[in-house]
Amino acid sequence: MTSPAQTDTPDIRFENATKRYGDVVAVDSLSLAIDKGEFFSFLGPSGCGKTTSLRLIAGFEQPTEGDVLIGGASMVGTPPHKRPVNMVFQHYALFPHMNVADNVGYGLRQLSPRPPKSEIQKRVDETLELVQLAEYGKRRIWELSGGQQQRVALARALICRPTVLLLDEPLAALDRKLRREMQIELQTLQRDVGITFVLVTHDQEEALSMSDRICIMRDGRIVQSGTPRELYDRPLNRYVADFVGKSNFIPGKIATVNGRSIDIESDGGMLFSCNPSTEQDTYTVGDSASIAVRPELISIGPPGSNAEALGTDVVIPGRIQNRIFLGEHTEYLVSTEKYGEILVLSPKYIESVRGSFERDEDVAIGWKNETALALEDT
Amino acid sequence: MATEASKGRWLTAGLLAPSSIWFLIMLVMPLVVVAIFSFGERAPAGGYTASFTFEQYANLPARLKAFQNTLTLAPLGTVLTLLVAYPLAYYLAVKAPSRWKLALLVLVIVPFWTSLLIRTYAWIFILGGRGIPTLLEFIGIEGVRLINTPTAVVIGIVYIYLPLMVFPIFVSLEKLDKRLLEASNDLGGSPFRTFLQITLPLSIPGMATGCMLVFILLMGEFLIPAILGGGKVFFIGNALVDLFLQSRNWPFGAAVATTLVIIMLVIVSIYMRLMMRVSAHREDVSIM
Ligand SMILES: Nc1ncnc2c1ncn2[C@@H]1O[C@H](COP(=O)(O)OP(=O)(O)OP(=O)(O)O)[C@@H](O)[C@H]1O
Ligand SMILES: [Mg+2]
Repeated sequence: MTSPAQTDTPDIRFENATKRYGDVVAVDSLSLAIDKGEFFSFLGPSGCGKTTSLRLIAGFEQPTEGDVLIGGASMVGTPPHKRPVNMVFQHYALFPHMNVADNVGYGLRQLSPRPPKSEIQKRVDETLELVQLAEYGKRRIWELSGGQQQRVALARALICRPTVLLLDEPLAALDRKLRREMQIELQTLQRDVGITFVLVTHDQEEALSMSDRICIMRDGRIVQSGTPRELYDRPLNRYVADFVGKSNFIPGKIATVNGRSIDIESDGGMLFSCNPSTEQDTYTVGDSASIAVRPELISIGPPGSNAEALGTDVVIPGRIQNRIFLGEHTEYLVSTEKYGEILVLSPKYIESVRGSFERDEDVAIGWKNETALALEDT
Repeated sequence: MATEASKGRWLTAGLLAPSSIWFLIMLVMPLVVVAIFSFGERAPAGGYTASFTFEQYANLPARLKAFQNTLTLAPLGTVLTLLVAYPLAYYLAVKAPSRWKLALLVLVIVPFWTSLLIRTYAWIFILGGRGIPTLLEFIGIEGVRLINTPTAVVIGIVYIYLPLMVFPIFVSLEKLDKRLLEASNDLGGSPFRTFLQITLPLSIPGMATGCMLVFILLMGEFLIPAILGGGKVFFIGNALVDLFLQSRNWPFGAAVATTLVIIMLVIVSIYMRLMMRVSAHREDVSIM
């Protein structure tokens, strides 16, 4: 087992890389460094440029402007077959006229000088073992299930021991349960082989659970990049907070900026004290901003509860509009007079002590000031 | 359940009946008639009188040259057509800009809109004394004769049968998943090796269909050798035209035709078995 070694030279570096297709700017001056041994994800909605970014690394596309470096060397003009990266394609792109072993050994057979037959055979067997398909070498591609095909694609990309493995929504075609299993397998595999993984996904749960770092994209640009925890706890703006997990947003204006606390006057008239999510200086009094609170950070209690009873700083009266039982949580949609609908996630262990609420019941909800974030709207 | 199944069987039989009868009348009956004729004798005024003799078959060597020509020039023509058609189909399917694709495809079919006879005649002028040989004289190559040679016939074959070969290959290249090529590239395969290892094997079905089509039609060809071979290069097809229409020796013509069918059956079944072997062989091919 090799542990991911963090070194000073990043494995992959985008330097103001731009990719245009005619008028469409698929990737817009992207600057980004991915470290050696890192599990890095591109996350974003459809059409935001994730695949294009990956194809820039693989070499299927050349940047219109800027540069892409792998291991410190500029890759401009280097064709895909000369780059030390391998890719797992979205729909696997396995060769239909070859069996599993021939598919997996394909990369080795392209090397010059070509390794001897016995060597190739040995590496193929090892790699098939790695993805738990040891007995499947002689199978035809169409005789495999979706999950098995996915693993063959993985084995085929790993056999040449690339410095970077690119994965374009590798699990999108799998059902939920299998996807969960493969996510865990991928993560374990990445730790075992110790190479950089760059994953493209539009599934935030997948990105959050697997990655060391995530880059959130919109319209070809980076909105924010950081560890899953940073993105979740300190989203830079409303777009990120909305994309990573669920969040409530109460619109308002910045009233005072005061050290580590920012007061936002909501459109409903109340003053909320929030934590900043970025460096202080970007907040200007009078700018519009949102108060963002995660549903699981909101307490819910019987009507008329005061702050002390709820254990919060803010108290807002409301009425349960909808209730969804989710097993370990109950999700309440609470309608309030001044702040619209607010989502509250109440864990089972609290419900078991304080009791739960029915639809159309009046309640009080609230949160602690430090759990609310002041977010710019963009 | 049983009634359901038998109902289904009757329905299948009923639906198949028209085509089966059609097949019987159009294909099997003429063959049977020809086979019967081949054991008969020529009537004094030409035509057929019933008899049972192997005389016609014993006489086959008289037309040996036609068999030789057909059995060398048809395979040669097929292979050359394939060699010319493949790059063309490849260009159309892979390289041509997509907005030109349709127009270019139509250009390949356009020759079909004029009569085959006229198009073949046009080649008489191209290959004849005042055509290519004159051009060659300009650059100093003298004394080239093309018309009425096997070369002229093969050129004609390649020209006429090109579209028939281009289309199946075009289709198999067009439906080839471009991501497979990217995958090969990604795994270190240069564009040329990718072509050899991915594109070429995956277009074998198209090539096989095209070759089969062209070869079978070529075995019965008579127009191109008649016009461009000038009576010097003749195929079995020309022998048949001669025997049935000119000398009216129907039994001998029938014997030649029956022999041709048997040769075709042998060749086609060997070819089929070979193709099967190729695709079956790939199943258990070990790491190369
Ligand atoms: N070959 C191309 N020609 C023209 N436009 C393209 C091409 N490839 C991508 N685009 C455009 O570039 C933008 C980014 O595409 P990209 O495939 O990178 O999106 P994505 O983030 O991978 O989306 P998805 O999640 O749907 O796969 C899109 O607007 C797309 O329409
Ligand atoms: Mg994509």
